[in-house]
Amino acid sequence: MWEYTDKVRDHFFNPRNVGEVENPDGTGEVGSLACGDALKLTFKLDENGRIKEARFKTFGCASAIASSSVLTEIIKGMTIEEAAKVTNKDIADYLGGLPEQKMHCSVMGREALEAAIENYRTGGKVKHELEGKVVCICFGVTENEIERVIKENNLTSVEEVTNYCKAGGGCGGCKGEIEKIIQRIQGAKIKTSAVPRKAGKLTNIQKIQLIQQTINEQIRPALRADGGDIELIDVDGNKVIVALRGMCAQCKMAGVTMKDVVEARLREFVSSELIVEEAKESA
Amino acid sequence: MEEIKPFFCELYGNPSSMHTFGGQVGIRIRRAREQVAALLGCEAGEVIFTGCGTESDNNAINGTLVSLPNRRKIITSRVEHPAVLAVCREWANHGYTVVETGVDKHGRLDMNQLEDELNEDTAIVSIMYANNETGTIFPIEKIAQMVKDKGAVFHTDAVQAVGKIPMNLSRSNIDLLSISGHKLHAPKGIGVLYVRKGTRLAPFMLGGHQEGGRRAGTENVPGIVGLGKACELAAQNINDEDTRVMQLRDRLENGILKSCPDCLVNGDKEHRLPNTSNISFEFIEGESILLMLDKYGICASSGSACTSGSLEPSHVLRAMGVPFTAAHGSIRYSLSRYNTQEEVDYTIDKMPGIVSRLRELSPFIAK
Repeated sequence: MWEYTDKVRDHFFNPRNVGEVENPDGTGEVGSLACGDALKLTFKLDENGRIKEARFKTFGCASAIASSSVLTEIIKGMTIEEAAKVTNKDIADYLGGLPEQKMHCSVMGREALEAAIENYRTGGKVKHELEGKVVCICFGVTENEIERVIKENNLTSVEEVTNYCKAGGGCGGCKGEIEKIIQRIQGAKIKTSAVPRKAGKLTNIQKIQLIQQTINEQIRPALRADGGDIELIDVDGNKVIVALRGMCAQCKMAGVTMKDVVEARLREFVSSELIVEEAKESA
Repeated sequence: MEEIKPFFCELYGNPSSMHTFGGQVGIRIRRAREQVAALLGCEAGEVIFTGCGTESDNNAINGTLVSLPNRRKIITSRVEHPAVLAVCREWANHGYTVVETGVDKHGRLDMNQLEDELNEDTAIVSIMYANNETGTIFPIEKIAQMVKDKGAVFHTDAVQAVGKIPMNLSRSNIDLLSISGHKLHAPKGIGVLYVRKGTRLAPFMLGGHQEGGRRAGTENVPGIVGLGKACELAAQNINDEDTRVMQLRDRLENGILKSCPDCLVNGDKEHRLPNTSNISFEFIEGESILLMLDKYGICASSGSACTSGSLEPSHVLRAMGVPFTAAHGSIRYSLSRYNTQEEVDYTIDKMPGIVSRLRELSPFIAK
């Protein structure tokens, strides 16, 4: 059971401003059914350019509904410029805090607001689109978005990033990349990394162990997400022999997976000289 | 409760001690062991008390693999409890081949795949007796026979099934079976691992002679006595489960399906535990439903992502191919012989209001 503040419970059981504004000046839609939460925000301005009416519709847990409800309360009476400055932290603070794993609900609120403002500024023509490179494929989170939550909330670990924007919470295959983004932004502040460090000169047994560890932590989770799996069969000098299992075994893209995922990761984390080969017949 | 209380107040002797004070407690542990054995239809010597169901699962799998070093394959299913899945996947990191058999959309196990994968290299097969989320019962005796024919060990996580469906392990090929106390109305923090006589199993805890050296560590005496009593009560009432509890479950399920549109039952309706019903409500999210239910004093659980704090919905429902949309809105109702028809009717009465309220909030429903 989550420990929600009274404010969260109040806004969940008695949500304010439910529904859709008629002929809205701005509309923002974020999230999806598949992601587990989604929010549609609509607002209307008065003659002075202030937000006169704001309404929401939300699919999601209690904290998602409460975050949406307070969002509409916060932005009412604001100008577009003021509303554009609202952060996920403002939403969470207004609620008296959210459980760490639920912070992404407040981020969703800010995203919907941003999308609605963008929609207004472009005269209702442009729908919100993702900008930048997609890092987390499972939840469709871009590099820009990850950078933003790191900066706005001063995050220093992958786990925190997952709590705030979901990135890395699916197959986990992008955790290495998120780690790098954190490192780039936070620099020296970051705690020591869990990703195996690239090796200088390895003994044979160290190399084999590092290959196994890299497969376990960096490669297998990504394949599992698609119902596949991988097994390390043997290491012969710089030749790494593996077998693809499950869905991967019948997949037409297996060759691509081998080169782009398995070999690339092993070269990155173990040694650039490695060559990956698929076992001729399954063991 | 009355059975347990003396062990906190007066009878706090250590059963391992020589004095009478400890001896009185030792007698009660023996009785509890017999009570558990009676429910399972096995010998008292085949019952090991553990700390919980998870410990039993861990011990069964790890202990077997250590005892059979020449076999390097583990077969399990995609819908197991994490106590089994996580352990098996950890062994995959140590060079073991781990096969997770799939299920169909009703949650039924792919028996052909199981048969194909089972070979002389297989050390252990671990398949749950009944699924904890949907209540679907697997053909355990058939699997146990198949496994025996290949000389492998068969473990079943029966945490959900014991006490709800009758069992007779003396006439079964099950080698190892896990039980968790609180699922049987015993206190939390007590479990059982049934180990069939002659099964080789390396101990999980070392450093003491307790449980015949198979599980070292001072006994959780109140837990053990409570579990013994719970097993005795379960054995007395087991016919109730298949009749009265099942009728209540069906009444609840039919009532909800009738009054709430766009919902569906997850799991195999035919081969199912008599007390479990898993229903998906489309377009709304499970945690929200639970909180609303909680407000009315109704307790249930959900396969939704938000409930657990992970971001993905139930691995069981996903393995069954239940769409994400329905998995996020899934609710499991678990009944017991302590539930009444009034409680069921109360829930049926409250459900439509909760569902329509949350759907009003949902952007996926047009006004």
